[in-house]
Amino acid sequence: MNGTNLFKIAFRALANNKMRGFLTMLGIIIGVASVITMLAIGQGSKRSIQEQISEMGSNMIMIQPGQGMFGGVRQDASSMETLKLDDYQNILDETRYVAGVSPTVNSSGQAIYGSNNAPTTVYGVSPDYLDIRRYKVADGDMFSDQDVQTAAKVCVIGQTVVDNLFPEGTNPIGKVIRFGKLPFRVVGVMESKGYNSMGMDQDDFIIAPFTTVQKKILAITHLQGITCSALKEEYTDQAIDEISEILRRNHKLREIDEDDFNIRSQQELSEMLTSTSDMMTILLAAVAGISLLVGGIGIMNIMYVSVTERTREIGLRMSIGAKGIDILAQFLIESVLISVTGGLIGVLLGVAAAIIVNKVFMFPTYIQPWSVILSFAVCTFTGIFFGWYPAKKAAQLDPIEAIRYE
Amino acid sequence: MKDIIRLDNIRRDFKVGDEIVHALRGVSFTISEGEFVTIMGTSGSGKSTLLNTLGCLDTPTSGEYYLDGTSVRKMGKNSRARLRNLKIGFVFQSYNLLPKTTAIENVELPLMYNPSFSAAARKEKAINALIAVGLGDRLMHKSNQMSGGQMQRVAIARALVNDPAVILADEATGNLDTRTSFEILVLFQKLHAEGRTIIFVTHNPEIARYSSRNILLRDGQVITDTVNHDIHSAAEALAKLPKNDD
Repeated sequence: MNGTNLFKIAFRALANNKMRGFLTMLGIIIGVASVITMLAIGQGSKRSIQEQISEMGSNMIMIQPGQGMFGGVRQDASSMETLKLDDYQNILDETRYVAGVSPTVNSSGQAIYGSNNAPTTVYGVSPDYLDIRRYKVADGDMFSDQDVQTAAKVCVIGQTVVDNLFPEGTNPIGKVIRFGKLPFRVVGVMESKGYNSMGMDQDDFIIAPFTTVQKKILAITHLQGITCSALKEEYTDQAIDEISEILRRNHKLREIDEDDFNIRSQQELSEMLTSTSDMMTILLAAVAGISLLVGGIGIMNIMYVSVTERTREIGLRMSIGAKGIDILAQFLIESVLISVTGGLIGVLLGVAAAIIVNKVFMFPTYIQPWSVILSFAVCTFTGIFFGWYPAKKAAQLDPIEAIRYE
Repeated sequence: MKDIIRLDNIRRDFKVGDEIVHALRGVSFTISEGEFVTIMGTSGSGKSTLLNTLGCLDTPTSGEYYLDGTSVRKMGKNSRARLRNLKIGFVFQSYNLLPKTTAIENVELPLMYNPSFSAAARKEKAINALIAVGLGDRLMHKSNQMSGGQMQRVAIARALVNDPAVILADEATGNLDTRTSFEILVLFQKLHAEGRTIIFVTHNPEIARYSSRNILLRDGQVITDTVNHDIHSAAEALAKLPKNDD
C-alpha cells in the first residue's frame, strides 16, 4: 500500500461527503481565521501604541509632585506643591544627560473668539516643550524665551481649537482670542497629530508661556510638573538619576525620606502600555484558540460518526486486503485533509478579515508571519490529534463483524 | 489437479460467557483447482465460521488450513490481509459496493491495496473484469444508479480483478429475485467453465444442482460431500423462466 493510493482513497471518501466535510471544515476555518484576525488586531494596536510613544518622544521624562506623607497620612498628589521654579532652573543648569526642560502648568476653560467658543486646555510651558514632545509649528512661530520672561499674553493653538474658533477659515495668526477672561494673541498654529490610540484628540489644546498661565490664570507659584527629554533614549536612566539627585537636594530630603516627587519616563510608559496590549493579545488569542479547539472536537465527532456509519465499508476494505494501518492511515488522512484545507481557507479568511478591519474600521492591524504559520501548524496537529482516536477505532474493527454490520 | 484448499481437522471454538461453543468440530476436505463447490447448511451449522476460516478472516482453534500451499493457521493479521488481497475474491450477499462510486473505482479497490499495480494497470484490469461480467457498457455508472443484479456483477468483477486462487461467494444470490439470481448463476457457471475455483456458501439447496460438488454441513461437521455428475445449466433454467412483462 503506497501513500498516493491512500491519498486517492481518502480523497474519494471525502468527495463522497462534500457537505459533511465542509461543515466539519467550517469549525477549523472559523478557528484559524479568528486566531489570525485576533492576533493581527492585538499586534496592530501594540505597534500603533509604540509608534505613538516614539512620536511623542521616546526619551521624554515627566516629573510630577509626588505623594507625600505627613504624619502617616498619604497626601493627594495634585495638592502637592513641592515642585518649584528653582527645581526647573537647576535641572536646566546642572544636568549633563538632559536635553530639554520645560515646566508645565495647565488649566481647563473656555476659549472664545467672536461668537465662537469651545472648551479646551491651556498648557503653560517653555519653548523647549516643542522639541521634548516633538511638536511642530505648522504656521507662524513658537513664542520666545523673551515672552516667557515677560509673561506675555501670546499663544500657539492646536488644529481643533482653530477649527472650533475660526470655522469660517480665517487665518488665526495675529488674532486675539480669549481664554476665560484673559486675551491671548495667536502667534502660531500647531501641526495636526490626529487622535491617539486611546481616542484622545491630540490637537485640542493651547500652549502659552508658563509664566503667563502660572501668574495670570492659576495664580500659583509652584509648578504642576516638569517635562524633560534625555539626550538619547538610552540615557533616560542616567538623566532620571541626575534629576532625582537635584530634586532631593533642593527639597532637603534626608536619606530615610521618601521622594516627594514622581519621575516617570516614556520608556516606562511604553513598557507598561505594550505589556497591556500584550495581555490583550494573549486574551484574544486564547478565545480564538478555544474556537480552534472546538473545531477540532467537531472533527473528532464527525470522524466518529463517519467510522460508525462506514463500518461495512471498513469491513469490506479489510476483507479485500486492507491492513489495520491502511485503514488508520485512510481516516487520519481524511481528518488531516479536512483540517489542512480548513486551515488554508481559514488563513485566507483571517488575513482578509484583518485587512477589512484595518481599511473599513480604521483599526490598526498587523499580521505577523509567525501567527499564520503557528495557527496552520496547530490545525494540522488538531487534525492528527482529533483524527487519531476514531481512526484507531476503525483500524481495530474486526472485519468479520464489520462486514455484516447493519 | 492442484489443491487450492486443504482443510485438516479444523476446529473452531468460541467462548460465549462461561460456555464454549464448538462452531466447527473437525472439518476436513480438499478443493482442487477448477471446482465449483457449494457449501450448504442451515443457520447454526457452522457455515459462516467455515467461510470466515476459508476467507482467512478468522483462524482455526486447531487443525491446519492450507490455501494455495500456504499454511494460514499461524499467520498474523497483516499477513492474512495480504493473503486475502492476493488469493481471495469475496462476493457478499449485500454487494458491499462503495456508495456514490463508479463501477471502475469499485472494481479497482483490491488493487489499490497492492502497491505493485500502477494506476494504468489497475484501470485496465478493472475494465477487463467488468467486461468479463457483462458490464462493459456501464464502466462509469455509479453504484447508486445500478440495479441489484448489476451491483452484484460489479462485486463479482471486484472479486475477479486480482486473479484470485479462489472466489468465495456468501449467499451471493440471497438478495436477488429469481430471474436475476439465475443470471448471476449463469455468470458463475461461465467463470467455472473458464477454470476458476469457486466456493459458494448458501442455505438454498437448489443452487447445488448447478455446481460441480456439494458439501453439506450440520452442527459443525461435514455430513455429506458429493460430486455432482449431472450439472444443470443455469442458462437453460433461465430460458424456461417466464419472461418479465415489461
